[in-house]
Parts: sequence; structure tokens; C-alpha cells
Amino acid sequence: MKISKRDFLKIAGVGLAGLAVKPALRAIAQAERPVAAPKSGIFAGKRMGMVIDARKCTTKDGCRDCITACHAAHNVPDIRDPKNPGLVDVRHEVKWIWTEPYRNAFPTAEQRFMDEEIERKPFLVFCNHCDNPPCVRVCPTKATWKREDGIVMVDWHRCIGCRFCLAACPYGSRSFNWFDPRPFIGRQNPEFPTRMKGVAEKCTFCEERLSRGQAPACVEACKEKAMFFGDLNDAKIEARKMLRARFSIRRKPELGTSPQVYYLV
Amino acid sequence: MLEKALIGGRAYWAWILFLMCVIGAGFLCYLWQLSYGLGITGLSRDVTWGFYISQFTYLVGIAASAVMVVLPYYLHSYKAFGKIAILGEFLAVSAVTMCMLFIFVDMGVPSRIFNMIRYATPNSVMFWDMVVLTGYLLLNITIAWTTLSAEKREEPPPKWIKPFIYISIPWAVSIHTVTAFLYSGLPGRHLWLSAIMAARFLSSAFASGPAFLTLLILIVRSVTNFDPGKEPVQKLAQIVTYAITINVFFLLLEIFTAFYSGIPEHKASFIYLFVGLDGHSKLVPWMWASVALSVLSIVLLVNPVTRHNEKTLAFACLAVFAGTWIDKGLGLVVGGFIPSPLGKITEYVPTAPELMISLGVYAVGFLVLTILYKIATAVKEEIAA
Repeated sequence: MKISKRDFLKIAGVGLAGLAVKPALRAIAQAERPVAAPKSGIFAGKRMGMVIDARKCTTKDGCRDCITACHAAHNVPDIRDPKNPGLVDVRHEVKWIWTEPYRNAFPTAEQRFMDEEIERKPFLVFCNHCDNPPCVRVCPTKATWKREDGIVMVDWHRCIGCRFCLAACPYGSRSFNWFDPRPFIGRQNPEFPTRMKGVAEKCTFCEERLSRGQAPACVEACKEKAMFFGDLNDAKIEARKMLRARFSIRRKPELGTSPQVYYLV
Repeated sequence: MLEKALIGGRAYWAWILFLMCVIGAGFLCYLWQLSYGLGITGLSRDVTWGFYISQFTYLVGIAASAVMVVLPYYLHSYKAFGKIAILGEFLAVSAVTMCMLFIFVDMGVPSRIFNMIRYATPNSVMFWDMVVLTGYLLLNITIAWTTLSAEKREEPPPKWIKPFIYISIPWAVSIHTVTAFLYSGLPGRHLWLSAIMAARFLSSAFASGPAFLTLLILIVRSVTNFDPGKEPVQKLAQIVTYAITINVFFLLLEIFTAFYSGIPEHKASFIYLFVGLDGHSKLVPWMWASVALSVLSIVLLVNPVTRHNEKTLAFACLAVFAGTWIDKGLGLVVGGFIPSPLGKITEYVPTAPELMISLGVYAVGFLVLTILYKIATAVKEEIAA
């Protein structure tokens, strides 16, 4: 059989394409990635979650302790408007935890005649670490995944920056690095990685602190003791007691994402 | 056969040179984006996909040009499409090439693009979109090249190609369906959260793909000696007529559901797109232009007098092309992000470098198209001579 140069190239091309199949198959067959070793109670468990006492949280207006602590601990850049450095660059800002008025945090739970205090109050918002996270479902590289303790993570070394997760998150909890964030980090925390341009990021429930037996930075920083964290499967912890005692709401529960941040109102 | 692309007149080479210049300019802007980041675009926290992804979405539709000629030709033995099948397939090759490039330029960390394969994730629709687009590209290259080679030797196409041709038909449906699923499966994005999203993608694809193909055939006829005749053009026009009408019908279905149900989240994006929301109305004139172009094209296409006249038909096809481009290449993707999940409105306007990169990608597509069409028409001319 005579093989022309052209036929050889065609066959070689098909063969090379075949090589791509193997890693794809291997990836599909791959097991779940290992999870940090859990210690039971507050810092580890089956379903980590947060309870926020909204009434306590805003007794002192203008308090930003939790936000400052979180952003300093995680090297979150403070991106300013290039034209007006006094203002935040809202188009490109990166944020892990911030505040929103009730109507923005709970747009589908609008109440017509509400307590004016609640209407004015800032509500803390961050990643809900959903039980059924849409961001994990859409990520094409498993760069975002849910751990066995329920924490939704992002691997900044694997993320390709497609921003499908930002489109999928119904809470706007994810940020993207539209450019190199490092020049905008005030004082770098050498114990936590910085991010590069082109990757997505968000709150991780301080998994790096949990593994050292420390509470999340925001919880620790809150002088009002308005944030309760822990394994919500554990009925004995403070967070669960609060949920039993008071009425709580979650953000957009109707979407079926099962957010794990609860607000006591 | 590739050598046929190297023989051309002055106009041919001037066109190639022009495309190369646009590609070069786009590439320089891309290098800028690569070093600075996607911050050079008009994208933001709230509108995270823009011009690149909407062009990708639109061009998946243009790739339907192939199936709309292949299906009648091979399944219904509609012989008049025999002459233009190759043009439809090569247009699909060029369109899918652009789709892939638009995805690539949209990546935040393009050097990691192969993570899509290394860590293949079947629960992500993006994974399947990669699979179906790559498959569709390979199918069309293989089918078009094999049938054209056979035609050049004046032989019937080899038998082994038949299964590939048949597979390419449902495969074409899959590229629109899976691309629609990128959007329609997201909770909290109400403009996209619609069961007829895939159907809308199909109808707009079956309108825009054949409309663009019609325009290309008219151009090919005027610049080469290859003339497929009037009949296939008229048949394509019929397909475009049905598809654009169904496409507008589907849009009206969406609007009825949103406004008769009165659910605020379902209405919000439509209000933003068609009348403006809280004083933000950058897309409003575009959306009404899209409506006007679609209505105009339906009037011209349904009326047999204007449809049979190739001048008015060309105009109608241009209107279909532009109308669906605005609807899908601008409104659908950007509109889905406004208002944001927190109920805020951040508008989106592409920046100059972003547009230049997009033009560069289009120029690559047109370069691929020009070379492939050059080869196809040269072969056809040779046989005719």
C-alpha cells in the first residue's frame, strides 16, 4: 500500500488528536480530591455554615471590623477608581465580604411595610457556601469545588478565568481579577497567597484558619459577637441554638441552592 | 488542493493583505490584553461576559449554514443544494474557528486552557460545548474536504463519508442546544432561565446562517465564474423566511410569559433592553433597531415579489444578519447580566481594544473563509471548464 505524504500527515493528525482522549478519560474517572482533616465541633464537621444576628450586627453604624479583618487576612486588594482615588472602582473591585441594604441582599423577599430600621440596615453578604452550588456545577476545570465539610473552594492555580462561575452565582458573591491585584494590596499577609490577574476568587470560610483551630477572621473580629460559625449538623453548637431560638432567613432560598449563611432578623 | 489558494488576482491579494493587517492590529491589542488583563475591556464585576462571548454565541448560529444545506441535500436528495453544500460547510468551518478564538480571547488565564481537557468536567456545560464545537469543526472539515477532493477527481464521494454526513446533522443541532444550555441552566439569571432558549438559538441560527450564506453566494457569483444558479438561492431564502418568522414568534412568547405572569425578575431584563431601567438605556436603540430589522426582513421575505428579486432578497438577508446579530450578539448576553443578582445596574460598553481584538478574530475567520472559498470555487471552475 502506497502512503502519500499527505495521507501520512492526515493519519498523524488523527493519531495526535487521539492522544488528547486519554487524559480526558483519566480526568472523568478521577476521584474526589482529598479534604482537610476534620476535627469535630466549631472548626470542622459535615456542614459548615454561618449565622448572622442582623439586629446585633448593625447596632454600631459604620462598623467594618469583619470586612477589614477578612480583607487584610486574605490579601484582598483595595481597587480604587483611577480617575478618583477617593472612590472604590466598583466595576473592578474584589470583595469577599461586604454590606448591602436589605432590598439588595434579599431582592425576592421584599416587604412593603417594613421596620425602617431593618430597611436602612446594612446586611453582611459573602459566599453562601451553598449545599447545591451553581458555581461548582458550571466550572469546567473543577477549579471550584465543594469540600466534604460543605466549604466551597477555589483553586487559583487551576482557574482558567472563564467567569462561568460569576455568571452562575445568584448572589454576586464572586470576584474576578480584571488585572494584577498585587499593587492594590495595602500590607501583604505573607501567610496567605496573593492572586494573579485573570482568576476568580471569593470567601473560603477561612479554611486556612479552621485547619489551625481558629474561627473565621470575620467572626473573630466582630466585637458585637453577631456572627456564629460552625458545623450546622451539630445541634449543640451556639449557631444551631440561635437558629432554634430566633426566626432566620436565607438569601434566595427559592433557587434551590440551599445557602448556608443564615440571617436572624 | 491548498495550492489553489495561492493563485489569485490583484483584488484577491489586496483582500488577503487587508485581512492580515486587521489580524495584526487585533493581535497587538490581544498582547496588550494578555499583559494587562481583561480590565482593558468594558467588562465588570456585574457584566462579566460581553462582546467576546456574545460574538461566540452569535457565530455558533452562523455555523448552522452547513446543516441547512446538508439536510435537504443528503436527507431529501434536494439536488439544487449539491452545488452549494461545500459553501455551507466551509462557512461553518470558518464560523466555528471564530467561535473557538472568541472563547480563547475571553479567558482570564489562556495559558491554562488545556485544563479544560486535563481536568475534564462533564457536569459543566462548557465542557460539552468544547466537545460539540470541536466535533462539528472536525466533521465539517472532513466532509467538505473529502467531497471536494472527490469532485475534483470527478468521482462520487467515497462511501465511508456518508455516516459522517448523517452524524453532522444532529450534531449541528447539538451545538446550538449546548450553547443555549450555557445560559439557560443558571439559577437567578431570569432572562436566560427559559425552556425555549435552545429553541430560540436554533431558530435564530437557522435564520442567520442561511442568510449569511445567501449573501456569500451572491458575492461568490459576482467575483468568480462559479454560479450555483437561482434555485438554491431561492430555497435558502425560504428557509430564512420560516426561521426568522419563528424566531420573532419565540421572542414574543418570552415577552408574553414575562409580562403576563408579572414576575418582576422575569420582566426586569426585558424592561432594561427595550425601555431602559432606572435611567439606564444604552441598549434600547439597538434592541429597537433589531426589532425593526427583523420586521423589515419578514416583510421583504414573505412577499414573493421581493423574495424573488435578488436585490431585495440580499437586502432582506442583510437585515436578518444584522437584526439577529444585535439580538444575540449584543442584547441576549449583556441583557442577562442586567440587573445584577443584587438588583444593581452596571451598563456595558465594549472598549476600543476589545473591539479591535474582536475585529481581529473576525478577520481570521474571513481569512479562513476566503481561502476555503477560493479553493472550492477554483475546483468548481476547473470542472466546469
